[in-house]
Amino acid sequence: MADIRYLAPQSLDEAIGAFAAAGSAARILAGGTDLLVQMRSGVVKPGVIVDIKKIAEMTAIKEGADGSFVIGAAASGMALYEHPRFGKVWPGVLEGINLIGSKQVQGRASPGGNLMNGSPAGDSVPAMIAAGAIVTVQGPNGRRELKVEDVPAGPGRTNLKPGEILVSFKLPSRPSGSSDAYLRMIPRTEMDIAVVGIGVSLTIKDGVCTAARVGLGAVAPTALLVEAAGKALVGSKLDDAALEKAAEACRAACRPIDDKRGTIAYRIKTAGVLLKRTTAIAAKRATGK
Amino acid sequence: MAKIHVTTTINGEPMEYLCEPNDTMLDALRGPLGLTGSKEGCSSGDCGACSITVDDRLVCSCLMLAAEAEGHELRTIEGLADGEKLHPLQQKFLEQAALQCGICTSGMLIASDALLRRNPNPSEEEVRFWLAGNLCRCTGYDKIVRAVMETAAEMRDGIKEAAQ
Repeated sequence: MADIRYLAPQSLDEAIGAFAAAGSAARILAGGTDLLVQMRSGVVKPGVIVDIKKIAEMTAIKEGADGSFVIGAAASGMALYEHPRFGKVWPGVLEGINLIGSKQVQGRASPGGNLMNGSPAGDSVPAMIAAGAIVTVQGPNGRRELKVEDVPAGPGRTNLKPGEILVSFKLPSRPSGSSDAYLRMIPRTEMDIAVVGIGVSLTIKDGVCTAARVGLGAVAPTALLVEAAGKALVGSKLDDAALEKAAEACRAACRPIDDKRGTIAYRIKTAGVLLKRTTAIAAKRATGK
Repeated sequence: MAKIHVTTTINGEPMEYLCEPNDTMLDALRGPLGLTGSKEGCSSGDCGACSITVDDRLVCSCLMLAAEAEGHELRTIEGLADGEKLHPLQQKFLEQAALQCGICTSGMLIASDALLRRNPNPSEEEVRFWLAGNLCRCTGYDKIVRAVMETAAEMRDGIKEAAQ
């Protein structure tokens, strides 16, 4: 067995010190549902494993007085599911997170890990992008914030600097008449990887869409914010013309691969279909109808 | 490299063991702890045969490091029966022949128990989705799902009778 160390620091400063000192040999352990599989298959051979779950901030789920949420990077899908308020305010983000793997995986896997693993098909990422989530990262040079869509750099890669650790997600407070939804297309009914995934978050006032953001996954090297799709919905009553314009923006944003799960043509077409369906669900939730 | 000393609670009993930094919880259960009821199927979190609960949340013990158990409360299949008295799920699985080779069974039971603790009255769809992370290559799942549904109904009746 190669030398390998397991550390479970109690403080973030300690974790960052250990993580930065070990350089590229270090791996962060949150839920471990990707890391342990990678270790088992020999893809990753960490010298130091830094378990961040003993750090209170990393597993906390906090609702601010203004209705915003801060979610620790290692909070599990099941912890978010069990939270009395989170799923009421962000049903779409929760459904994206809860689609990651089985109930067993949910017991450990975190949206932080889903983002940092860098899979283009991570189910929570498009929903977080739609939500306008901001992440806090901390490294040897201090804290900084990034938009969630600016974190992935490509399959398996992120824009975090060496030694930086993802600390938390912040989801903004929501005006009344707001909600969100996430849908994905998979060839099976459960336990599969998205062929296309779409998160839509919107606000509706007096029947008119006043704000909308669309996150698109599994159709490009990273999950994407499709600004043009959001713009197409804003100012409309979510009529067919606006939906078709937003669907076209999603299709235009696709740069997918051909693989056994779906062809390029299929993924592009599906992106448009899912935009319409996901928007309908988010709108229904936002208006209570 | 020194081994890691872990103090934890398993099935209500305080336990301690030594592990390597990259041992999984399943390695520790089946090795030093001698709790071989949790089975090793895929070792990649797909099959659910190694299911346990940690602080009442269902997890795959193959996807958890043994060192991570420090300070937590674990439940394994060995803790499901009450001494010689089988848990209603175990009894029903036997009566309904909801198993054939048995490799998936302890994981199925732990996962089903975790479901019924949260939701004593699940629909068939809820049972099927909840057990999607437990693979069985023998039964075709139907007998398992029926056994869970019937156990849930009997446990609800039992609670009602006890209340009357």
